[in-house]
Amino acid sequence: MSIASRLVLGESGRFDPTAPLTPSGNLRRRTVVDRTVRVIATAAALAAVAMLVIVVYGVFVRGVSSLSLAFAFQTPQGLAGGGIFNYLVGTLEVVALGATIALPIGVLTGLYLTEFAGPRSRVAGSLKLALDVMQGLPTIVVGLFIYGLIVIPQHVQSGLAASIALAIVMVPLMARASQEVLLLVPNSLREAADALGVNRWRTVLTVILPSAVGGIATGAILAIARAAGETAPVLILDSIYNPNQTTFDIFHGVPTVPMLIFTSVELPIPEAVARAWGAALLLMLMILIANIGARVWLARTRAKMAR
Amino acid sequence: MLFALCALAGLLVVVTLFDLLYQLAGDATPAISRFGLGFLGHTTWKPGFNIEGAGALIYGTAVSSALALVLATPLGIAIGLYLSMVASPRVRATVGPLVEMLAAVPSIIYGFWGLVVLVPFVDHLEPGLHDALGFIPLFGAPSTIGISVLSAGIVLTVMILPIISALSRDLFLTVPEELKDGAAALGATRWEIIRGIVLPSTASGVGAAVVLGLGRALGEAIAVSFVIGDVNAIHLSVLQPGSTLAERIANQFQGALNNLHVAAMFYCGLILVVIGMLTSIAARAIASRFDVNRTLGGGVL
Repeated sequence: MSIASRLVLGESGRFDPTAPLTPSGNLRRRTVVDRTVRVIATAAALAAVAMLVIVVYGVFVRGVSSLSLAFAFQTPQGLAGGGIFNYLVGTLEVVALGATIALPIGVLTGLYLTEFAGPRSRVAGSLKLALDVMQGLPTIVVGLFIYGLIVIPQHVQSGLAASIALAIVMVPLMARASQEVLLLVPNSLREAADALGVNRWRTVLTVILPSAVGGIATGAILAIARAAGETAPVLILDSIYNPNQTTFDIFHGVPTVPMLIFTSVELPIPEAVARAWGAALLLMLMILIANIGARVWLARTRAKMAR
Repeated sequence: MLFALCALAGLLVVVTLFDLLYQLAGDATPAISRFGLGFLGHTTWKPGFNIEGAGALIYGTAVSSALALVLATPLGIAIGLYLSMVASPRVRATVGPLVEMLAAVPSIIYGFWGLVVLVPFVDHLEPGLHDALGFIPLFGAPSTIGISVLSAGIVLTVMILPIISALSRDLFLTVPEELKDGAAALGATRWEIIRGIVLPSTASGVGAAVVLGLGRALGEAIAVSFVIGDVNAIHLSVLQPGSTLAERIANQFQGALNNLHVAAMFYCGLILVVIGMLTSIAARAIASRFDVNRTLGGGVL
């Protein structure tokens, strides 16, 4: 009996309008396979979310007891006492300087790709490839590069060297984010400006950049959040510093939060490890909040520009 | 004027890349002239005796990354399918960013968490794995504390999972609705649509996503350095400690014994750069056939 006739006639072979329309035979096998695949896919997604929860929770329970206002606003006393103020300030210095270097380069590169290079330009193609390669560079290698370029000639590790390495990490992220948003700026705006006889550079400065500034800013925030947690370049370039002092001298070693975690983990002092967990939690929270905030803002900017 | 500035910025990017290669090769020269290409195959690493070879490091890098790929590829594709084909748009809008958040967590935190939480767990897991699968050489006698290539592979899996899943989700979403509707109208189930339409039309893009994940896994230094043990040995068993190129640099650069030791690590860095560039170019070559947009929520990944 064919599937169709079984469906209509029921198992008895006579037409039975009350028989439930359940798949049978080959169709049943197909739906079972289909359902299994859906369950597997759902389970995989749940596993990934569970992984995030496990990591965040694992850091949270170990770090939350260290968190306090004093933790964020005192300098350390000895190996385990006090807070991590100088490390937070150091990270802020190094990352802010890196972002200051990276932002203009990233935005200008994005502008070049969208406003000045033709869509089929060879130069733009190789520049995009270069950005891809730069983004794919292992960050520890960026650290080695700047070590050879700056630390060896100057004979001193410095926050500045770390900033430059972080800038190299940030430039491709910022360039890509700017390029993305600039592509969303409607062409009618450019054409309108052209029709009024405005210079290209003036169009860019007064029409295109202002309408893309929100997207560029969120891209920058995401890149900065990425750089703030980078440890490998800081480990190579900025690992010799006075651990108990707040410093603004970027030409010498500057303490940073990732280095605090890296160096405290294997210390045989429970208080130092607890402090490292507190620092890890604070760093993670700042990065995740920056990410969530930037994403929400980005989604809103995009929706606004797409209208 | 502005054009000149923009072109200059682009030029700076390209020049930086070439200077990076030049600089690394220059600083690695003492090691290159002493060990030559034999460095790649030589497995002794004794800086005190001025003998360095990256054989064991290359082996460890390959095995830990392969392990991560084997785990993360099916998982990542399944997540991509869930987000694009199974979940409702509302669930997608919540779960998708959550998965991408895995990429935002810094590697130092994965390392610290891996050492304190994952390694003891793997330590519990390993005897069972060895008993069940010990006939495969990969699951030989376990190490005693859970610091192993397997732990490194698991940490790397978590780190590259968001890359593969977010990229494949974006790819699956680009499959034209008409094709999927057409298959559905012919009576195909969701799985048959996936197998017959979605996967074949995005296969090369997914391949590019996997290669990008591989690139990230190969170059990860900090997280791996916490959980792999930095032991310069080639064990067939992934339950034993090992070492990788990037992790070796992170572990030993500050305490380098002499100039040759530093140069050897620059040599390792040079190998990493070449591998990294090749993976980026390969991913782009695979993806460019489909002009895959690999930006992902503003480029966090």
